[in-house]
Amino acid sequence: MGNMVYLKNVATLAMDTTKCTGCGLCLDVCPHNVFKMNGKSAKIADRDACMECGACSRNCPADAISVQSGVGCAAAVINSLLGRNGGECCCGPQTDSSSAPRSGGCCG
Amino acid sequence: MEKNKKNLSPADKFEFPVIQEQTSCGCGTSTAPNAVYTMPRLDQSFVSGSMTTPAGELPKVSSVLTRHDRWGTIKARLGAGRMHYIVDPGLYALGHPDAQAPILVTANYKMSFDYLRQALAGRNAWILVLDTKGINVWCAAGKGTFGTEELIQRIETSGLKKVVDHRKLILPQLGAPGVAAHQVKQFTGFKVYYGPVRAADLTDYLDAGLKATKEMRIMVFPLKDRAVLIPLELLITAKPFILVSLALLILSGILGQSGFQTNIFHDGLFAVGALACAILGGAVINPLLLPYIPGRAFSVKGLIIGLVIALGLIYLRGIDVQLWAGRAEALAWLLIIPAVSAYLAMNFTGCSTYTSLSGVKKEMRFALPLEMTAGILGLAVWITSLIMT
Repeated sequence: MGNMVYLKNVATLAMDTTKCTGCGLCLDVCPHNVFKMNGKSAKIADRDACMECGACSRNCPADAISVQSGVGCAAAVINSLLGRNGGECCCGPQTDSSSAPRSGGCCG
Repeated sequence: MEKNKKNLSPADKFEFPVIQEQTSCGCGTSTAPNAVYTMPRLDQSFVSGSMTTPAGELPKVSSVLTRHDRWGTIKARLGAGRMHYIVDPGLYALGHPDAQAPILVTANYKMSFDYLRQALAGRNAWILVLDTKGINVWCAAGKGTFGTEELIQRIETSGLKKVVDHRKLILPQLGAPGVAAHQVKQFTGFKVYYGPVRAADLTDYLDAGLKATKEMRIMVFPLKDRAVLIPLELLITAKPFILVSLALLILSGILGQSGFQTNIFHDGLFAVGALACAILGGAVINPLLLPYIPGRAFSVKGLIIGLVIALGLIYLRGIDVQLWAGRAEALAWLLIIPAVSAYLAMNFTGCSTYTSLSGVKKEMRFALPLEMTAGILGLAVWITSLIMT
């Protein structure tokens, strides 16, 4: 079924193609095939597929890519709203082990 | 502290002998650059032997999982002891690796470690385990514990440089959000190669000379991956479900027009069943049918599932919508069930492999207030319908 898509026009991914050295590492690390090579530099080909994991910007040696990375997890957003669990997703380090199994679902 | 100790006068020593001993322990010699390497313990349950290397005695592991390993995976999937399911960080030998053998890096969540070694059946390799506090690669990379700094430190403290001749590291692609490959190269001399997303593709990747196909690089979210998350999703809802069910039973018993017990049988049990169906909708049906349910936002998917369930239950119960009480009850379930399943479906964004934080925040801004309003309003209407009958 190919790439599943989430909401349109929300991803914060941006790229300064003038800085790009064309190493292609962003194409390697992106789990959703967002980038394509455009001659000697990379370009964002499918921004809506971006899940803001931040792999591309972290690994860009030329610092050409920016994204507000974070985990797209409603439980984490609720936790941070309530100031609970340090705003962590379910996979947060557990401070009290007794409540561990109830703390959430995502990280298998 | 060291200095203080040296400068102490005999009088001080005489007065506080015990305290002196204690303070001198705390600030010890642990960070000396040529200290012995930190090796993983050899007595961990999954270690099958040991191997003598220039860096020291390293634990050996097999690519075949034991019954004990499998049982651990099942327990972790069900949420039991999930947060303490760890292996010691450091260097492990898989099979009989030599100085040329590939190095694979993973997290110290036992399940991540097991997936990796299982995928390397019949291979000889080094496995470098990072201290991610028992969290899987993807989540740990997101929070930076599977990160550049830890990797650089672990390369130094594990003795890796003494054990291998080459300078290539294979990292899971899903670790990339935490690791800056160019910085690792700069500080340690090791070049990072990002392997495939799925461990199952690892042997193909190795055989192709560390080259991944496009398919290997893309994160999908197939039925199997969605299904294994269901038990934990249900587990999270268990406690709220029991509490709300008790409340519904008591409310129906007190507020209904017949006797306490009759009311519970007539209205209360149905309410509990309806709640259970709403939870099944959000926590089971949504994960299973995720790609086929209309709507991009997960809460919209949950809403649709909830409406279908509500209409089905109203029909099955044979609610008489000619009467005002019937209309109120039908309306109550049309509000409550979609609210619950939409909320639970929305929470599944954290498990999915394609939702962005910006998207989730946007979705929650409209969905969360609606879900709460519908839930509370629905409950009020349901109570009204009890009084009306």
